[in-house]
Amino acid sequence: MSALPRLTPADEARVARAWAVLDTVLDPEVPALSVCDLGIVREVLPQGDGLEIVLTPTYSGCPATEVIERSVLDAIDAAGLGPAHVVLRRAPAWTTDWISAEGRRKLTEYGIAPPGPTGPVGAAVPIRFMRRPAVADKVACPRCGSDHTERLSAFGSTACKSLYRCIACREPFEHFKPI
Amino acid sequence: MQASIELDRRADVQYLLRIGDTCLILAQRLGEWCGHAPALEEDIAMTNMALDLVGQARALLTRAGQIEGRAHDEDQLAFLRDERDYFNATLVELPRGDFAFSVLRNAMVATLLKLLWERLATSSDEEVAAIAGKAVKEARYHQQHSADWVVRLGDGTAESNARMNAALKELWRFVPELFASDAVDEEARASGLGPAWSELRETWFAEMGSVLEEATLAVPAESAFLSTGKRGVHSEHMGYILAEMQHLQRAYPGGVW
Repeated sequence: MSALPRLTPADEARVARAWAVLDTVLDPEVPALSVCDLGIVREVLPQGDGLEIVLTPTYSGCPATEVIERSVLDAIDAAGLGPAHVVLRRAPAWTTDWISAEGRRKLTEYGIAPPGPTGPVGAAVPIRFMRRPAVADKVACPRCGSDHTERLSAFGSTACKSLYRCIACREPFEHFKPI
Repeated sequence: MQASIELDRRADVQYLLRIGDTCLILAQRLGEWCGHAPALEEDIAMTNMALDLVGQARALLTRAGQIEGRAHDEDQLAFLRDERDYFNATLVELPRGDFAFSVLRNAMVATLLKLLWERLATSSDEEVAAIAGKAVKEARYHQQHSADWVVRLGDGTAESNARMNAALKELWRFVPELFASDAVDEEARASGLGPAWSELRETWFAEMGSVLEEATLAVPAESAFLSTGKRGVHSEHMGYILAEMQHLQRAYPGGVW
């Protein structure tokens, strides 16, 4: 990484305000999380009077990406932080490991089981058939906490989630897939 | 009516369009299952996978347009090319068939794309490498899901096994095309843009072999037939699918949502 240019105190304050504003911009598909909780805001850089905001998209085909881009620009504009533009950065690829601890807590509260840790980057994943989840892959029910759960559907209401059922409390719930 | 764009068929552009068009056309076929899959969960699965594939196609078509240097964007490349300028593998343009046919094709294509993305993650083109770094994770999930269904249906009832065998017989004829070498592949390999697809042959057969074995299906003998979609010469089904995809852009030039 190249050395960061030194920021003036005014720039620093503006960037800090921008981060605070971005923390109020919610993901349209999972409105419990802000774009900062989700880990898709990678950098906020001062550019003259304006700001450059670097976002990393979650899924290749995520229809929310363009909505998020617009919401981010609207929020920065409404806060009077000057002209902003968004740069989409694909590499390194977004991973659910970037969801903050705070984001995970909010997901559980919202009724979505947060993703577990992903494997090492680039590691080969063997194909396993009709797999029984390993203990580490168990998904705990966001309502009652029991890990006596089963997967109902590999895909859910959005590409990033799958559908589960808790066998203990009988409630269905969604799971944010680790990717 | 909106006229076709004139594509520069240079090798690096063709190489990227082979992959991008394979994603695009399969996505279109998967979208046909919306509201028609045998179970709600699979309806959602087919369309979710289609969505990932459209996203991957958009990124690759955009990059191919930049490399081509004629200011063609993703939409022009998706909707305004003539049939001979699409370079998808023939396999993905075949009609969707029954559910057995669709899940087997998904497993075959997801396995191929996964192996391609793994190698493209170290492409000499940084943008392609970045696209691949994301797409490989999606392709792994598609492969796992589709392979599970191949096993479930192959090793299922007499009816599901018969349907899976029929699908296998039909689809296997289109495998040799996937790994046939030509100058486009060779140039991509030499420049470091991406692997020659023939380099993936051995691993693809090993992975598909283990899926078919688990599914109690015998690997068919290799076909002598060589389809040619990757060279732009398509089956009779391609014109119909393009007509459906292109109709709006052709009839209402530049129309947007």
